[in-house]
Amino acid sequence: MLLPYFQWCESSWLGQLIPNSLWMFPVVEAVHLLGLAVIGGAVLVVDLRLLGLGLRNRPVSEMAREAQPYLIGSLIVMISTGVPLFFSEAIKCYYSDAFWVKMPALALAILFTFTIRRWVTRAEAGRYAPTSQMAVGAISLMLWSTVGMAGRWIGFS
Amino acid sequence: MSLLWAAEWLAGTPGSIALHESQYMYTIVESVHVLTLCLFMGFAVLFDLRLLNKAFTQVPVSEFSRRILPWTVGGFVIMVITGAALFYAIPVRTYLSIWFRFKLVFLALAGLNVLIFHTGIGARVAEWDLAAVTPRAARRAAVASLVLWALIIVFGRFIAYNWFDCDIQPQSSFVNVVAGCVVPPAKP
Repeated sequence: MLLPYFQWCESSWLGQLIPNSLWMFPVVEAVHLLGLAVIGGAVLVVDLRLLGLGLRNRPVSEMAREAQPYLIGSLIVMISTGVPLFFSEAIKCYYSDAFWVKMPALALAILFTFTIRRWVTRAEAGRYAPTSQMAVGAISLMLWSTVGMAGRWIGFS
Repeated sequence: MSLLWAAEWLAGTPGSIALHESQYMYTIVESVHVLTLCLFMGFAVLFDLRLLNKAFTQVPVSEFSRRILPWTVGGFVIMVITGAALFYAIPVRTYLSIWFRFKLVFLALAGLNVLIFHTGIGARVAEWDLAAVTPRAARRAAVASLVLWALIIVFGRFIAYNWFDCDIQPQSSFVNVVAGCVVPPAKP
C-alpha cells in the first residue's frame, strides 16, 4: 500500500542525489555515525544517572540540562543525514524488516524523551522515587538501543 | 616472514574462516563494534566538552573523570576486542586497506594525546578542577581528541568500501605504496 510513496522518494531529486555519486553515500553515512557517537553520550549520561550510575552525586536535572543542547543538536544531525540516506534506498527500506522496527522505535523514543523523560529529569530532586527514575532510564535505554541496532541492521538486509 | 604473510596465515586458520563465513556472528560483532561508539566515543566527547567548558561546567573535572572514565575505558575494551575480531575475520583485505592503515596511525596519535594529557595537565587537575576557564593545554588536548576520534570513525567506516582495494587496479602509486599492494609489473 505504501510502496508507491517509497518509490516516489527514491525517484525524487533527493533520492537521486546520493546514488549518482561514488562518495556521497559513505560520507553522509560517516556523518550519521559521528552524530550517533554524540547522541549516544548525551542520552547515556542522563539515563545512567537515572539508573543511579555515572555522575551519581549530581542532580538528575543538572545532567539533563547540560546534555540537552547536544541531544537536540545530534538529533538534528542524525535526521538531516538519515533522511537523504533513506531517500537514496527507500525501496530497499520498504522491504527491510529492520527499517520497520527502527521507525516506530524512533518515534516512540523521541516521544518518550520529550515527554515523560523530560518531565522526570526536569523535576526538582525528590519529586519522583528512585524506582520511577530507574524505570524511565531503563525504558529510554531500551528504546534508543532498539533504534541503533535496527538501524545498523538495515545495512545488512 | 612479513606482516602480509602473517595476515595470510591468519586468514587460513579455522576460527577466521568460521567467523568470515558465519551467518550471524560477524554481523553481531560488527553491530556491537558500531553501537559501542555511543558508550566509548559518546563519553569521550562529553569529557572533551567538559575540558572545553562547553558542558557540565559545575562538575569538577576530577569528579567527571572519576565517574565517567571507567565507562569510557569499558567501552574502549569492547571496541578493541570486537575490532580485533573483525580484523581476524578478514585479515588480508583489512591489512591491505589504506583506510585501516590511516585508522591505526590516528589511533596511535589519539593514544599519544591521552598519554600526554594524563601525564601532563591532567595530572595537575587539582589546580584547575573548577576553574572558569580550563588551562590551554587541557583545551588543546580536547580539540585534538575530538578531531582525531572523528577521523578514526570516518576511516573505520570507509574500510567497508573498496575504492582503493589492491585488487582494483590501476590505483595511484600513493595508494599502492601506502596500502602495501603487491602489484604485478606492467606488461611491456
